Amino acid sequence: MKKIFDKKHISRTTTYLMVVIAYIVLTILQKTDNLGSLFSSLLVPVCCYIVAGIGLNLNVGISGELNLGQAGFMSVGAFAGIIISGLLSPIISSGVIRLIIAIITGALVAALFGYLIGIPVLKLQGDYLAIVTLAFGQIIMSLINNFYIGVDNNGIQMSFVDNKLNLGDGGRVLISGPMGANGVERISNFTMGIILVIISLIIVYNLMYSKQGRAIMAARDNRIAAESIGINISKTKMLAFVISASLAGAAGALYGLNFSTVIPTKFDFNTSILILVYVVLGGLGNMKGTIISTTLLVLLPELLRGLQTYRMIIYAVVLIMIMLVSNNDQLKNMFSKVFAKNKKGVEDVS
Amino acid sequence: MTMKKLLKGGLAAVMALSMYACSANSGGSSSSDGGAIKLGMSGPLSGGAAIYGQAVQRGAEIAIEEVNEAGKVKFELNAQDDEADPTKSPNAYGVLKDWGMQVSLGCVTSGAGSAVSADYQNDKIFAMTPSGSSMDVILNSATNEYYGTVFQMCFTDPNQGVASADYLSAHSDLGSKVAVIWKNDDNYSTGVHDKFVEEANKVGLEIVSDSTFNDSNDSDFSVQIKAAQDSGADILFLPIYYEPAAAILVAADQVGYKPTVFGVDGLDGILGVEGFDTSLAEGVYLLTPFSADATDEKTVNFVKKYQEKYGEIPNQFAADAYDVVYAFAKACEEGGVTADMSASDIAEIMVKQFTSMTFDGITGTGMTWAETGEVSKDPKAMVIKDGAYVGVQD
Repeated sequence: MKKIFDKKHISRTTTYLMVVIAYIVLTILQKTDNLGSLFSSLLVPVCCYIVAGIGLNLNVGISGELNLGQAGFMSVGAFAGIIISGLLSPIISSGVIRLIIAIITGALVAALFGYLIGIPVLKLQGDYLAIVTLAFGQIIMSLINNFYIGVDNNGIQMSFVDNKLNLGDGGRVLISGPMGANGVERISNFTMGIILVIISLIIVYNLMYSKQGRAIMAARDNRIAAESIGINISKTKMLAFVISASLAGAAGALYGLNFSTVIPTKFDFNTSILILVYVVLGGLGNMKGTIISTTLLVLLPELLRGLQTYRMIIYAVVLIMIMLVSNNDQLKNMFSKVFAKNKKGVEDVS
Repeated sequence: MTMKKLLKGGLAAVMALSMYACSANSGGSSSSDGGAIKLGMSGPLSGGAAIYGQAVQRGAEIAIEEVNEAGKVKFELNAQDDEADPTKSPNAYGVLKDWGMQVSLGCVTSGAGSAVSADYQNDKIFAMTPSGSSMDVILNSATNEYYGTVFQMCFTDPNQGVASADYLSAHSDLGSKVAVIWKNDDNYSTGVHDKFVEEANKVGLEIVSDSTFNDSNDSDFSVQIKAAQDSGADILFLPIYYEPAAAILVAADQVGYKPTVFGVDGLDGILGVEGFDTSLAEGVYLLTPFSADATDEKTVNFVKKYQEKYGEIPNQFAADAYDVVYAFAKACEEGGVTADMSASDIAEIMVKQFTSMTFDGITGTGMTWAETGEVSKDPKAMVIKDGAYVGVQD
């Protein structure tokens, strides 16, 4: 018990505590009808973005590779999850079990895509991963935009580019190309969202503080030095990248099953950048920061609703201000003096 | 720990700011009398589709002003932005529900609307969308059941496709060979197109060219125009919104291709596209329920007020919203709805009223509604002449 509050672990412990306390408080508020419809509807999306953000932070912050396709992995996970849940709905009536299966499927499919992309790219140096993941996100969006799948009593039907589905009685269209998935059964819930956040934290923290994690950071900090002591660079980077992708896939499945309508264009380049903004503003390599900044930035446009038509302008201005403030050296010095005591608690294992 | 305090402080400051903003301007409500029935609406008030959301909001506001002046029932409106995004409309819905919405104008756009239709059903709140024309707004495609509390003031997309094909086959002087250019990642366009093709085959219209575009390639239409021109089509059917339609007209003009252009209600607004040479739109036909140049008293009054207030000619979206509010007023009056009733009680009365009453508005007369939520009214054909929409006499 003492161990989790020592200097080395305190940062991790407070992160877990923060998530658990937030869950308890929000659940109590929700059960006693004090949370309101707006915030209730935001609980699951916030969890999804946090999980995708934690994954991206592993990739960008810990592994040091820029990934501009996180939304693409979310998309893969979301639609894989929707298909699986739709196919299983006549067999398994329990939403929770289907949700778990969908999340696992989403994570696996996204991990597979991540692995395939990683093979050629992670052997290269430089910004290639950014370019390839950017393209990947766009390609996935175009593919799903042209993908039709439905199911009837005779089995599954698929078609590409043109909608050639010819479903019999009782047939259901699961994904209808550009119109995406309609009438999705909303089986996601906040508890599952928080469980997913905690699982992703456990995965990322344990990786960070493990031998593999140190190898990943060594590869980030000095490629040549790391290679000279026998670290397989592309393998360690691949590990981080695949885990990052699978977390995004799991987040996507949870996200997709939270809405009755999901369109492929939701997961475009903008969404990837949005997640990157959450990660960068929260601090690279800082998981707690990612959680806090994601929560604030997802809530911000909703909290600004009172400003009506000026809402999105103010949102942009606030974003710019946060970036300026968080990068201001004078302010940083000021903070570091104030928080001098806390300094050693920062998540730094080097 | 201090870091946490700071963050808490920051969060509190953001909250306080927004609360202040809320109280300073409570979400676009036009009046806050005690006895007013709370109407909610969500639509794209910012972003690319904002023109539709704003039109609906403005149309509704004018109608509410008039209804409140008449004094029989009182309404107050809260318009929320959903950016036409199906993952944002649940948030807008949440805001409206927290505000205490009793009746709703639903969502302006179809995609956003279909994402919250189940909420309206579960929470038993009556919604009538002025412009969410997709079947998905009123029909749950997973269970094939109608939501029952979501109604439409506009035609469903399939109905528009059928009406267009019927109109073209009845007016063979416009042409006989049809080329269609449509947007295949758009609910609205796909819905109209599919039914149009189906009906065209039935009534013997010949479709000689059928080409698509999507969100990522909606600026250059030379390929689609070439295909239409090569196939010898003399009618160009555009079941799309007006912005790409303007680009298509420009592309057709560049190669000297002059078919009869025919569109549905999405083309309404083409004369207002910035930088668009409106002379290119001369002779464009569109099938839409509303014409701003109609001479009946109601339309003249609405157009005049809208112009005075906002300096532009109202489009069909504004007119639909105007009608929705009047239909609400009529139903509330006849059903004895008062502001102190709960949303679910009101919903029950509204469904009963709407399925039994006949309503005359500016987008059609003798409108009736089925239990599914679909409206039945006659479409009107319009043609653009000398830079204005003119009703076709036939």
